[in-house]
Amino acid sequence: MGQGVQRVEDQRFLRGGGRYVDDVALGPDTLHAAVLRSPHAHARIVDIDVSDVLDVEGVHAVYTYDDLTGPMAEPLPLLIPHPALTHGRTQYALAKDEVNYVGEAIAFVVADDRYVAEDAVSRIRVDYEFLPPVVGVEAARAARHLVHDDVPGNVGARLEQNVGDAPAAIAQAPHRLELDLTIERSACMPMEGRGTVARWDPDINRLQVWTSTQSSTGVRAAVAVKLGLDLGQVDVVTPDVGGGFGVKINHPWPEELLVPMAARALGRTVKFTEDRREHFISSAHERGQVQHIEVGFDDDGRLLGLDVEFWHDHGAYTPYGLIVPIITSTQLLGPYKPQNYRVVFESLYTNTVMVTPYRGAGRPQGCYAMERTMDAIATYLGKDRADVRAVNFIQPDEFPYDQGLIFQDGRELEYDSGDYPASLEKIKKLIGWDEFPAYKAELAAQGRTVGIGLACYVEGTGVGPYEGAHVHIETSGKVKVATGLTTQGQGHATVFAQLVADELGCSFEDVEVVTGDTRRMPYAVGTFASRAAVMSGSAIHLAARRAREKVLTIAAEALEADEQDLEIVDGVVSVKGSPGTSIDLGTVSVLSNPLRYAFDEKSRAATQFSIGDPGKPPVAEDEEPGLEGKDFYSPERATFASGMHAVIVETDPLTAEIRILKYAVVHDCGHLINPMIVEGQIHGGVAQGVGGALYERMAYDESGQLLNASFMDFLMPYVTEIPDGIDIDHLETPSPLNPLGIKGAGEAGVIPSAAVFAAAIEDAEGLPITAMPISPSELFHLRQEHSS
Amino acid sequence: MEELHDVRLTVNGTTYEIRVPARRLLSDALRHDLGLTGTHVGCEHGVCGACTILVDGDPMRACLMFAVSAVDHELTTVEGLTRPDGSLGPVQQAFAECHGLQCGFCTPGFLTTITAGLRDNPDPTHDEARDMIAGNLCRCTGYQNIVRAVERAAALKAGTAS
Repeated sequence: MGQGVQRVEDQRFLRGGGRYVDDVALGPDTLHAAVLRSPHAHARIVDIDVSDVLDVEGVHAVYTYDDLTGPMAEPLPLLIPHPALTHGRTQYALAKDEVNYVGEAIAFVVADDRYVAEDAVSRIRVDYEFLPPVVGVEAARAARHLVHDDVPGNVGARLEQNVGDAPAAIAQAPHRLELDLTIERSACMPMEGRGTVARWDPDINRLQVWTSTQSSTGVRAAVAVKLGLDLGQVDVVTPDVGGGFGVKINHPWPEELLVPMAARALGRTVKFTEDRREHFISSAHERGQVQHIEVGFDDDGRLLGLDVEFWHDHGAYTPYGLIVPIITSTQLLGPYKPQNYRVVFESLYTNTVMVTPYRGAGRPQGCYAMERTMDAIATYLGKDRADVRAVNFIQPDEFPYDQGLIFQDGRELEYDSGDYPASLEKIKKLIGWDEFPAYKAELAAQGRTVGIGLACYVEGTGVGPYEGAHVHIETSGKVKVATGLTTQGQGHATVFAQLVADELGCSFEDVEVVTGDTRRMPYAVGTFASRAAVMSGSAIHLAARRAREKVLTIAAEALEADEQDLEIVDGVVSVKGSPGTSIDLGTVSVLSNPLRYAFDEKSRAATQFSIGDPGKPPVAEDEEPGLEGKDFYSPERATFASGMHAVIVETDPLTAEIRILKYAVVHDCGHLINPMIVEGQIHGGVAQGVGGALYERMAYDESGQLLNASFMDFLMPYVTEIPDGIDIDHLETPSPLNPLGIKGAGEAGVIPSAAVFAAAIEDAEGLPITAMPISPSELFHLRQEHSS
Repeated sequence: MEELHDVRLTVNGTTYEIRVPARRLLSDALRHDLGLTGTHVGCEHGVCGACTILVDGDPMRACLMFAVSAVDHELTTVEGLTRPDGSLGPVQQAFAECHGLQCGFCTPGFLTTITAGLRDNPDPTHDEARDMIAGNLCRCTGYQNIVRAVERAAALKAGTAS
């Protein structure tokens, strides 16, 4: 632990040996699916005519809603119910009577290959009766038209939380400000879209599913329920996943049910691979909110009351409940003590793609609201922006600190540990905060405009309910580890092997980690909320400890030594100070499993005439055969990581182009397992943040058409848009909640981006930035408005 | 019935014969007909670069070529960058050392692109190293370590790596 070990999975990836879902079940026996998607944002389906489709040579089946039966004909699950979600709605696997966004699945064709399947899709004729589309928060709030007839005002949920009496505190405060902010939609955009393969084995009545998901166990449960199978008849394997960033935590996607359904019906392996346009219009988006903030504060900028109202665009359906706006409303507070806080949000329907978590999951919006408020207070009082933040920090001696709110996991928002003043010192030093005024003046003399921004965040990571792990030391001495959550680039095979090697005393090279395979670990939750290291890392550590205990018991007996006197180094158990008296882990494994039959030279040692006390049962009453350890980790609540970003930008006086001159990150995720991997996560988060702040948006027109549904038009950053070098410094404030003292790191890099860029551009330009992302042309127009 | 064409493809020095329709994309032929799944498809409209292969040594988007148009060309995919003894080539090795990949999906396109880039410019400046990868999208790494990997690969190839 703590070492930047090179990743073991890279050997496979770099040779072209990764196995992603579309790489599974190659060959002509596999059938391929394509989906007819709605071209309209809001319409009633009058008729679907598929009569031309089955004439296409190579087509095996076409399904519409009328072909669905039993649970498959019911709406898809609402995964996370909440009492405030009074009007939750989910779509059907194939649209029933009505479509509510461009991209909604209407028909599913299975054919010899994808080309033929798409030919067939183009021959399906649908009669639509158009309904007026609702696009954007403003239209949803105005509610002149409804997305769902039975949802008044387009309001899916309204949730309010109060700590103290914010309106009263603001009314009595010496100073008051109001802010109106907007932030637009973006999306995860993993390089690999969604995909599912399923094979039904009639000989054993069992379904095998491979899917590009962030929750194998979730998909497994959903498939079993929807297809009327016992859980034990369904295996879900998550192969290599080409990026997730949140979008693959929502499940089951229609295709994750339709592919297994068709595979079972047709008795053939069926594959669906989403293409990029489909990903834009049928996989989830995130971020879009409109916010109104009222704040009262004293002469030092100390918050006395904070009152936040926001409107969250959740798209056409709410399969993932209220997770995103709940996170915004709670994590908004960041490292600060607002004294009195009121937050109320409405989660609104629009005729657009549904909104589910995207890296950061509501935190970027909350951070944006809070940090823009801090900047506004500093500007109003004429104070240093860092100083205003500092007076509001929760202090290191105040942990655990209960914010008095209920978090996304239904538990108290109680911060476990942190050191925000130390982080602030580090970030100021890293970016050159105190030297910046002189630098700015120096550049101004040359006719150049620069600005600096700072943004702080706290991130609740490692939410429950639990994860588990299984550690098996084989007779070869190799150690096989399984945990149920999935991997999409985080290097789990490496970091989890590091943890096992540390705890067990085996060599790192002997550890092999499997994730996301329900055959190996059927109890698991998933990879989201920066939880894999905390949850599975802790579970693996505990499971390895159990395996170690068993190793020591057996080895002590074999070596006729006391357990206390043993040590395990490089896979060999020996008596401390007496290295000759030793036994390797493989042999301990042999001894752990009393045998009747020898199958090789090594196993002879464990047969019945070789070992065991004839006076005792071969397997002790409270023991099991085999050298294994299994354990689960289920914390009381999340652990709270934190960090601060700062950026210096230059804006072009003529073209309004925005250039990043320097980007700095101070990050505290407790103890680091692998610093190289943590920094990689930060790099990636920062890049996505730059995209979200300066380039990416979902450009819907008023009829609900997504105008930029391709990589040509949706401006995902290339290297040319990303800062050349990101300065990173770590603080390691351990979490008291888990055995390793770790906190999550996956999402941190993206959380403060909109806030920090808005602050820096505002500082450069001297005009308020209240809408993000911001493009050069928007900045240009802002300048014109401001000067007129 | 769709007309099929006999196509002879030479990939990583091996010749394959397949029968495919004229519209079969080269990326699909490599992956599904030849089983060379190291070449990945990220957008199918030539922007992301994940499917980049070398055609007579030059980087090309396999999703923008038809299999029938690849006849008579020498194709190199990521599988062909590994040395005959199974060890990693210099660009691959540099990616491993610099943590130049996370999910690994875009990686094959970067590896082929950089292989060609370093052939043309064996000693790139820092800015040239950034330019070399400016046509490929990665959503995981923020490119920081990919740029380092370009510079590391150049050093490994030149034998000046420390």
